[in-house]
Amino acid sequence: MDNRIAKRPPDVFFKLVTDPWTRPFWDNAAEGYLSAPRCAPCGVFRMPPRPFCPACRSQDVEWVRLSGTGRLYTYTIVERATSPGMDDCIPYVPAVVELPDADGVRLISNIVETPIFRIAIGARLSVMFDRLSDGVTVPRFRVSEAP
Amino acid sequence: MMLSSEEPTIRDKTAIVGVGATPYMKRGKSAPQTLEELVCKAIIAAADDAGIAVPDIDGFAYFAGGFDTGSLVETLGIKEVDYTATLTGSGGGSAGAIGLAASAIVSGFAETVVCVCGVQQGDLRYGAMPLSYDATPESCFYQSAGLVGPGHMFALLARRHMELYGTTREHFAEVALSARLNAMSHPAALMKKPMTRDDYFAAPMISDPHCLFDFCLETDGAIAVIVTSTERAADLQRKPVLVHASAHGGAREWGRSIYWMNMPDDVFASSGHGAVARRLYERADVGPSDIDVAQIYDHFSSQVLMQLEDYGFCARGEGGPFVASGAIRFEGGSLPINTDGGQMSGGYIWGMTHVCEAVEQLRGVAANQVKDARCALVTGGPSNVPVSGLILRV
Repeated sequence: MDNRIAKRPPDVFFKLVTDPWTRPFWDNAAEGYLSAPRCAPCGVFRMPPRPFCPACRSQDVEWVRLSGTGRLYTYTIVERATSPGMDDCIPYVPAVVELPDADGVRLISNIVETPIFRIAIGARLSVMFDRLSDGVTVPRFRVSEAP
Repeated sequence: MMLSSEEPTIRDKTAIVGVGATPYMKRGKSAPQTLEELVCKAIIAAADDAGIAVPDIDGFAYFAGGFDTGSLVETLGIKEVDYTATLTGSGGGSAGAIGLAASAIVSGFAETVVCVCGVQQGDLRYGAMPLSYDATPESCFYQSAGLVGPGHMFALLARRHMELYGTTREHFAEVALSARLNAMSHPAALMKKPMTRDDYFAAPMISDPHCLFDFCLETDGAIAVIVTSTERAADLQRKPVLVHASAHGGAREWGRSIYWMNMPDDVFASSGHGAVARRLYERADVGPSDIDVAQIYDHFSSQVLMQLEDYGFCARGEGGPFVASGAIRFEGGSLPINTDGGQMSGGYIWGMTHVCEAVEQLRGVAANQVKDARCALVTGGPSNVPVSGLILRV
């Protein structure tokens, strides 16, 4: 059984850049909740947020506050530091998270604070928020119930 | 689907008449040569192979950059350029660039087109390439997760494939082992040390399920390919290798793929080549069962399995059992692939090694010659759109 705890990914590779279409996602995370953009006319969710709805090309969007639960679609366990700045972060677990209350649209994130052996595709997840040293808040996930 | 001769098609109207390459060198070993110098050496070698004079080249078709036509014509004394174009994207166009050259010739823009790619890796490791991209509002959604390289990103697809279809690391190992065996008997290949199954499983895990031997090499070098009309090819010294069909592009559902991760569930664990494979076969008068040898873009072992599925050599999800059956082996396989050691054990020039090897197979002069090879498939880059495919034949 792999009892190691999934660590946080290195922050050094991430500097937040936003535009008006992605900004609410990060602002809402800083407020402590997960959200996703939904096309106002046709109701299709999209991620990451882009300026147009791919289904109807509308630019009218509404930001939906989500429950913060997710389902693990797939993941990888990073086992080796291949670039400077990664050494203290091994192992960490990049993950693709399905958001059931946003019609299954997926977010690229991380599983953290969870023993590796509990991580499996289909696991139920719950969001938590990491405040980075530059003040940016990033939503990440814990396994709440293994599949 | 058969097309009549009146219908617009590039089918068999052009041919590859020359290939040229620098030696493949481990990352960083090409110094003090510049990238342009490597590219020029490959072009000169390809022209010599074709038996044409370098100044007669009148077109350039690329899929990746780092060098430019203006400088190349000045340096090489090329008289006049009538066509110079690059496929969009980030390396998925290696097979498609040959189609770009063919389209230029068939439409009368140029007579003799060179497709060339050169790779010279400095301090930046390709395994960490996405770290070098400027952050964008969209890239923040993967950069925040510590997805430092394509091998980490494709590991997410590999894991999903394992979950859905029961694919195992044994299957990935077979791709690596087969490539190494081919490299050992190919003079140009870099990796000559035998690899056992135990060696594979003892290799460091990088981004589970991808271990070190699931990744391609990092190589310096350049390869050039000369394409001209089939009519003109008949007068040249080499046996013409016909450009039978080519396709590049892809479906919206693939999009930015590994940088997006919202591909629909039925294509997520794939190579994204489905749409291109369909159009490639529509344009050809051959199908998967007619392919004698295939050069499958192998930046990651798992993506080889998924391309074998997308190109119809086995059903979706059957890539693992297909390779486990020995099908891809040079010795005794029904579909020998990457007969030069591929990018995992031969050399990694962003897909151009695959074009080069397919030409040698169809000329009948390959180091690991597939008997009576008459029809070859070449694929380019599971990556964001475009990806590309090419069928060559003699």
